[in-house]
Amino acid sequence: MSGTQSLNGAGPANGGGRGVLSEEIKEQIRGLYPKYPTKRAITLPALHLVHDTYRQVSVEAIREIAELLDLHPSEVHDTMTFYQFFRDEKAPLGKHRVWVCRSISCMLRGGEELLAGLCDKLHVKPGDTTSDGAVTLEFAECLGACEGAPCMLIDEDCHMNMDQAKATQVLSQLA
Amino acid sequence: MAEFEPVLLARINKPDSTSLASYQADGGYEALRKALGMSPVEVTNTIKDSGLRGRGGAGFPTGLKWTFLPKDHPGPIYLAINADESEPGTFNNRVLMEKDPHQIIEGIAISCYAIKSNTSYLYLRYEYGQSYRALKKAVEECYAAGILGKNIFGSGFDLDIVLHRGAAAYICGEETGLIESLEGKRAWPRIKPPFPAIEGLFRKPTIVNNIETMACVTQIMKRGIEWFKSIGVPPDPANPRDAGSYGPKLYCLSGHVNKPGVYELPMGITARELIEKYGGGVPNGRQVKAVVPGGISMGFLTAAELDTKLDFAGPGKVGCLGLGTAAVVVIDDATSMVDVLFNCARFFAHESCGQCTPCREGTDWMRKILQRMRNGKGTLADLDLLMEVSGSIGTIPGTTICGLADGAAWPVKNAVKKFRSEFEEYIKSGKKSVDPGAHLVGAH
Repeated sequence: MSGTQSLNGAGPANGGGRGVLSEEIKEQIRGLYPKYPTKRAITLPALHLVHDTYRQVSVEAIREIAELLDLHPSEVHDTMTFYQFFRDEKAPLGKHRVWVCRSISCMLRGGEELLAGLCDKLHVKPGDTTSDGAVTLEFAECLGACEGAPCMLIDEDCHMNMDQAKATQVLSQLA
Repeated sequence: MAEFEPVLLARINKPDSTSLASYQADGGYEALRKALGMSPVEVTNTIKDSGLRGRGGAGFPTGLKWTFLPKDHPGPIYLAINADESEPGTFNNRVLMEKDPHQIIEGIAISCYAIKSNTSYLYLRYEYGQSYRALKKAVEECYAAGILGKNIFGSGFDLDIVLHRGAAAYICGEETGLIESLEGKRAWPRIKPPFPAIEGLFRKPTIVNNIETMACVTQIMKRGIEWFKSIGVPPDPANPRDAGSYGPKLYCLSGHVNKPGVYELPMGITARELIEKYGGGVPNGRQVKAVVPGGISMGFLTAAELDTKLDFAGPGKVGCLGLGTAAVVVIDDATSMVDVLFNCARFFAHESCGQCTPCREGTDWMRKILQRMRNGKGTLADLDLLMEVSGSIGTIPGTTICGLADGAAWPVKNAVKKFRSEFEEYIKSGKKSVDPGAHLVGAH
C-alpha cells in the first residue's frame, strides 16, 4: 500500500514520521521481547496495544508490527484476521466498545431482546458504530457473567443484570 | 449432613480479598513454602495421590498429566494456564481470578516447582478485564515481595508468570489451540500426538492446566491428600476405569433459577439439589424442562434426570458427554427446546475455527437447519438430518482434530433424542419462533 492511503485515527501520535505507530507504542512492543522466547508470540499483545490505542489496526500498522517482530506482514495479518476481534481501517471501533451477550444463559433471560433494543435505540446493526463515533455495538458469545444475565461488556467492565432501561442509563453515562 | 464449608471460595467475600497482605494474613503462600521444602517429585506425588482431576472440562488426572513430561529434560518446560473460560454458562474461573488471585498464583508456583518450570504463561480471555486487573496487581505484588522472580523464599527456585490476553475465540480453550495462539498464530488445534507434555509451547514440554485446578493444588498442598479425598465421590469399584471425583467443585448455576451464582459443593451433588436447595428453584412458578449439566457442549438432562450426580461419571450415565465445566444452566418449561438448541448451534457455528471441514461446515449446517425450523419451514426429515450431521463430526467419529465438533454435536444429539416429540410438534404446527433481532441484518 502506498503512503497516500488514509491513516485515519493513527496520525496525531506519530511524531510526524512516515509510520503510523507512535514511538511510545513501539517501545511498549519492544519491551515485551524478554517475556517470550520468540518475537512472533508478541503478535497478539502488539495487536492489542495498537488496537486499544488507535481503535483499528491499519495495513500500515500491520507492516510496522511485522517489522518489529521480524515477521512478514501476511503472518501478522493472518493471525489478526483469524480472531475477528481486531478492526481494520475500513471499520474502526468507536470510542467505546459495547458487547451484549447472546449466549444461552443471557438468551434465557432476555439477552437477545436487550441487543435488539439497543440496536434500535442507537440506530445501528450489531457490529456497527454510531454516527457520532461514540459507541460500537456488538453481540458477544458468552461473556462469562452468567450469574448476572443478561450482561454486557463496556470496554473492560462487565455490567450484569441489565435490562433496556438500565443499559440505556449506563450507556448515557459514557464519556 | 452439615453444610459444606467453602474452601476455594472461602476468601471471596472478604474485604480486600485480592491483596497480598490479606492473603498472607490468612496463611497465604505457606503452602508454597511447604512445597519448596519438598522435592518436585514429592509435590507431584502429592497431587497424584490426591486424585485431583482437571477442572477445565476433560477431567484428566492432574498429577498423572505432570508425569508425562520427559524425565531429566534440560528445559525450558512451560506451564500454560488456561484461563480462556468461554464455555457458555461457565464463570467459576472468573470469580476465582477476580476475587482471590493469589490463591491461583500460589497454585501456579507450586505446580511449576513440581514440573520444574520457570515460566508460566497465563492465557486469559480478553473479555475478563477485571480478572486481568486483579491478576496483574497480584503478580506485581508477588514480584515486589520476592514470591515471584529469582530465588523464591531462598529456595533457589525461579519463576516468572506472564499474563497473556486472548482475543475472543472459544477455540483458544482447546489446549493446543491455546498453544498456537500463544505462539502468535491462528488458534488451530494441533494433531496429537505429540501431546503438549512432549512437544507443546515453543516446541518445548508443556503442561496446560485450568484456573480452578490451580486453586485445588494450593488447597491440597495446604490441607493434605486426606482432606481432599474426604470430599466427593470415590471410584466406582465396578468400573476399573473410573478415577473417582474427589474434592470440592465450583458449580456455576444460571438460567431460569432464583439464585444464580457460583456454588462450592462436594463433587457428586445432584442437579436437583443444586437447583432446588441452593438455587432456590425455578422462578415464576415454572417447572424445569431441561438442564445443561456442564456447559452446552455436554448436552441436556431432562426433568426426569435431575437426580443425576454432577460428578465426572454422572452425566455420562444419562447420555450427556460429561461433567464438562460444571456449568449448570436451567431451562424452564415455557422455553422452546428448538430455540435453546438453535442458540447452542449458532454458538458452535460461530466458534468453529474452520480448520477441519466437517466441523466448519457441519456446525453451520446444523445452525441453518434449526434456523429453518424456527422460520416455520422445518420438516420431520430435518430431525434425521440433524442426527446424521451430529453423528458425523468430531473426534468420536474421527473426522476432526479437536473436540469442538463433539461439543457442537452433543446438545443436538441429546435434544433431538430426549425432546423429539417437542421438535416434531413444533415442526408439524408450522409455528415460528420470535427473533427479536430479525430486522437487524448481520445479527444472524
